[in-house]
Amino acid sequence: MNAIVNNNAAGLLGRADALATPAWAAETRAAGIAALRAHGLPTRRAEAFRYTDLAQVAQASFGENSPMGARGLGMPSLPLTRGAARLVFVDGVLRGDLSSLPPRPLSDAQALLGGLTSLPTQPIAAMNAALFEDGLFLDVPEGEDAGLVELVCVVTGARGAIGFHPRHVLRLGRRAKLTLLDTSDGAAGLAYLHNPVFEISLDEGAELAHVRIQREGRAAFHLSSVHCAIAAGATYDNFTLNAGGRLARNEIHAALNGPKAMCHMNGAQLVGDGQHADTTTVLHHAAPDCGSRQTYKTVLTGKSRGVFQGKILVSKPAQRTDGYQMNQALLLSEEAEMDSKPQLEIYADDVKCSHGATVGALDPAQLFYLRSRGIPQQAARSMLVEAFLTEATEGVGDEACRAALSEAVTAWWAQERA
Amino acid sequence: MLRIEGLTAEIDGKAILRGIDLEVPSGELHAIMGPNGSGKSTLSYVLSGREGYEITGGSVTFNGVDLLAMEPEERAAAGVFLAFQYPVELPGVGNANFLRTALNAQRRHRGENEVDAMQFLKLARARMKELSMPEDMLKRGVNVGFSGGEKKRNEVLQMALLSPKLAILDETDSGLDIDALKIVSEGVNALRSPAFSALIITHYQRLLDYIVPDRVHVLMAGRIVKSGGPELALALEASGYASVAA
Repeated sequence: MNAIVNNNAAGLLGRADALATPAWAAETRAAGIAALRAHGLPTRRAEAFRYTDLAQVAQASFGENSPMGARGLGMPSLPLTRGAARLVFVDGVLRGDLSSLPPRPLSDAQALLGGLTSLPTQPIAAMNAALFEDGLFLDVPEGEDAGLVELVCVVTGARGAIGFHPRHVLRLGRRAKLTLLDTSDGAAGLAYLHNPVFEISLDEGAELAHVRIQREGRAAFHLSSVHCAIAAGATYDNFTLNAGGRLARNEIHAALNGPKAMCHMNGAQLVGDGQHADTTTVLHHAAPDCGSRQTYKTVLTGKSRGVFQGKILVSKPAQRTDGYQMNQALLLSEEAEMDSKPQLEIYADDVKCSHGATVGALDPAQLFYLRSRGIPQQAARSMLVEAFLTEATEGVGDEACRAALSEAVTAWWAQERA
Repeated sequence: MLRIEGLTAEIDGKAILRGIDLEVPSGELHAIMGPNGSGKSTLSYVLSGREGYEITGGSVTFNGVDLLAMEPEERAAAGVFLAFQYPVELPGVGNANFLRTALNAQRRHRGENEVDAMQFLKLARARMKELSMPEDMLKRGVNVGFSGGEKKRNEVLQMALLSPKLAILDETDSGLDIDALKIVSEGVNALRSPAFSALIITHYQRLLDYIVPDRVHVLMAGRIVKSGGPELALALEASGYASVAA
């Protein structure tokens, strides 16, 4: 990263310096500021950002951070799951009046803050560390099943093009369970920035299903990263629908730290004209007898660009690792581009690891088969696109989450084909 | 019903059909037999409108309408059905959804009422029973994980549900054991009526023991070189295609 030292993060640093910093946040903030100061935001010379240029983010200016306790902002109507515990942020502000989950102050998570990130090489996390103020803290005690919790983030535009950098911390005790449905929505045409970071610790045998629906406004920036430490016998199951924003990057950094831990990372990217969507996963198999499954599907229309980078690192102790990674892209336009970079780094000798990538247009044989049965061309194309995406979403176990995903996918496609 | 006159077609500049003349009147079943590479499958694809075939001459009319000017879905709605030699797998598309979408697309095109999910299920189950198909084939992805015989039965199920005026069966017998062959043949025979015609494309005479054609045509090197009654198929079986060509 030495070659990339510059001051292109000056705007972000200026905002960070202006923030009031409570004692519990001081160490994390200082580390974020130091990383941004030393490295700035990465340009495409940095290998990890070869396909995704953050220069636009560096150049943009985002409004003030959320002053705590702002009130009176409109809440858009959202398809919320009935009866689920819910935490709602509107325009960067935690809205107790709209939330049904008694928020636990993030200051309680001080001991967990920054434990899973490595800021000098993770600029998205560094940006968040420098500018975070609030976020969700969920601590599920040993043996408890916390059911479904919804995290709702909405940017209405009532406070302009804000920069919103929430830090969400989750800890699941031994054999604890949780399903987190996390949605990001925002006003169209507004160039705001949503930069959430999740720090997740799963103790032995814990199970977290984490379903993310990223549906920001089409002019927005969405830069998120998930950092997850998975102990023995625990399971982290992430599904991310990456559909909104002008520039969106979702990073997942997961580590299988104890034997027989599992990690599923699946997702779909829906990329329309003028959009750039990037999914980057870094999975570390650090212990023996662990399994991982990754399936990502990307559909691109118009002039758009999709990126998938997936790194699997299998350390020497991680014998009998069973890893699988598949990434498939469907190009529906001649101007769409997909960049795909799978990367395996294996140091153990008894390992089953496979990966594959396909990029292509709709299969003419499948299209003809449907049309020969009387299904008009447009409807036939729709059926095949929906089938491609259904294959990605049908693996999501929680019914309410699967329904929300399916609705988001259908709505996207209805808009794209119009 | 179907009239083909002087039809020539090529793929990538290579002539495959070199002047086909054929007429299939309403209510008749015609068999087209021929060796590999004679143009049998090309004929079926050209009639159903698959891309990639250049029509260089001749005409095809279906009930007096220019078939070659129609999109594949329009041909289907007009009553043309192709049973594929190699049915295509559609992962993620449920068989029931596929069949109902196809049925309703055709009905809409003809200005008829759509069938709802309940009506459709009733219809489909009755047809599936006739074809000895397990009911869970409705829930599975179209042709995904189906055996060769199940795929062919699924083609016949589609045909039974869509009730076409003209069915083109492209080597529907290939890969079928004798029991499946009987079931498939019964499915075709059940559709026989004065308003139903079929073109049965096959390599072997065997299928024609079960579906007895009104006429048999021999296709070689892109032309029909001989036509006759069902006895022609038996003669071919006995002496081979070479004897016909001579």
